[in-house]
Amino acid sequence: MGELLVKDKEVVVPGEIIAEGMDYLPSFGTYRKEQRIIANRLGLLSIDGKVIRTIPLAGRYVPRRNDMIIGRVIDILMSGWRININSAYSAVLMLQEATFKYIEKGANLSKFFSLDDWVVAKIIRVSSQNLVDLTMKGPGLRKLDGGRIITVNTYKVPRIIGKQGSMVSMIKEVTGCRITVGQNGFVWIQGEPEQELLAVRAIKKIGAEAHRNGLTDDIKKFLDKNKVKTKGEKQ
Amino acid sequence: MTFKKRPDGRKFDQTREIEAKAGIIKKADGSAYFRIGKTAAYAAVYGPRELFPRSQQDPKKGRLRCNYNMMPFSGAGERVRPGPSRRSKEISMVSEKALLPVVDLSDYPNAVVDVFIELPQTDAGSRCAGICAASIALADAGITMRNMVSAVSCGKVDDKVMIDLDYEEESYEDGDVADIPVAMVPDTGEITLLQMDGKIKKEDLKKAIEMVKKPLKEIVEIQKKVLKERYK
Repeated sequence: MGELLVKDKEVVVPGEIIAEGMDYLPSFGTYRKEQRIIANRLGLLSIDGKVIRTIPLAGRYVPRRNDMIIGRVIDILMSGWRININSAYSAVLMLQEATFKYIEKGANLSKFFSLDDWVVAKIIRVSSQNLVDLTMKGPGLRKLDGGRIITVNTYKVPRIIGKQGSMVSMIKEVTGCRITVGQNGFVWIQGEPEQELLAVRAIKKIGAEAHRNGLTDDIKKFLDKNKVKTKGEKQ
Repeated sequence: MTFKKRPDGRKFDQTREIEAKAGIIKKADGSAYFRIGKTAAYAAVYGPRELFPRSQQDPKKGRLRCNYNMMPFSGAGERVRPGPSRRSKEISMVSEKALLPVVDLSDYPNAVVDVFIELPQTDAGSRCAGICAASIALADAGITMRNMVSAVSCGKVDDKVMIDLDYEEESYEDGDVADIPVAMVPDTGEITLLQMDGKIKKEDLKKAIEMVKKPLKEIVEIQKKVLKERYK
């Protein structure tokens, strides 16, 4: 009979024995050694029936298909752009995926995206060697103008977005900023300068306290307390 | 005069006081502090990140790169000349090999994980402290690791077998001294680092390695505890 040695939703560290016996199945972040299931990554334990896996708490972004990410143009290639996506691997945005416009042969590509431009893009392919292809064709995918970029841990992005986007829309509502959160941990914020700063503080707070319960209420209180009035707005 | 008592009054199978902490360097992907007695080590992990020059990339799996460095003011009085030396290059290499058996980088082809070990203060046993700190930092960075590695030294001063020698014991002059740093995966019993300075008999070596297993287990528990404390 299998026995679980760690409770669900607890933090496990590499080498920690999670379960004994053959009744459970190891999944992401765990491995089996003889009768035992052992963690091999720092993470939050998640038990789904017989399957044991861990949800990572730390680490760099690993590119995955269909992720919406924010990236910076770091090089212009013969027929595309090389984009830094805050990961160990850079991505390529091919010419035919970049725009619906007709681009002439031999055109100067920096007219469309030049070095250090920021873009919102979607990952369409990741190869076994982690070569990444991007597309800019799709709703919400665009070049970013103005605003500021901040970096957060990629594994805290789901908390920043919240259930059905509840957290990020709350910040948008209070600060009046435009916010785009990329899966890779880059966040773009644009609005009035003071409001931008408040949004940055709120997002950093979520990043620091991501593993706590009842975070949405805390952030709501935080935003209400530190609310800044925009010019011309009456109370 | 024979060696009867340890200068700081410890028992022969007792380590110095240990203090550890995870996640202390904000900019790094993972970091840790590990202190054993007067020897202190910081470890910072960056990556997986792009590896250059390209000729060093390995398309089969990621690389692990360790850098061990003693700070100029860290030794006992004399200034340590900054920059790489024969000694620090060797210790960087053995630290890397002590950690590599547990680290799995097959998910990161062509990339590198950098580990920087810095020692602000040393009193013997610095490579062991460095390996302990690096092991916590790698786990903190979310790197896939089969298990944790812990390290501590053992050895012999005059005719007494003991563990965790400090500098005063290591430089004992009226008899033979052997200093044996050991790194181990305590859960499986694999030894990943075993070096020796000095002279020791076969039976004493066996005795010393038996003696060092218990403190290594205790260190691994401390390492796991501090990683969990970070998320409380």
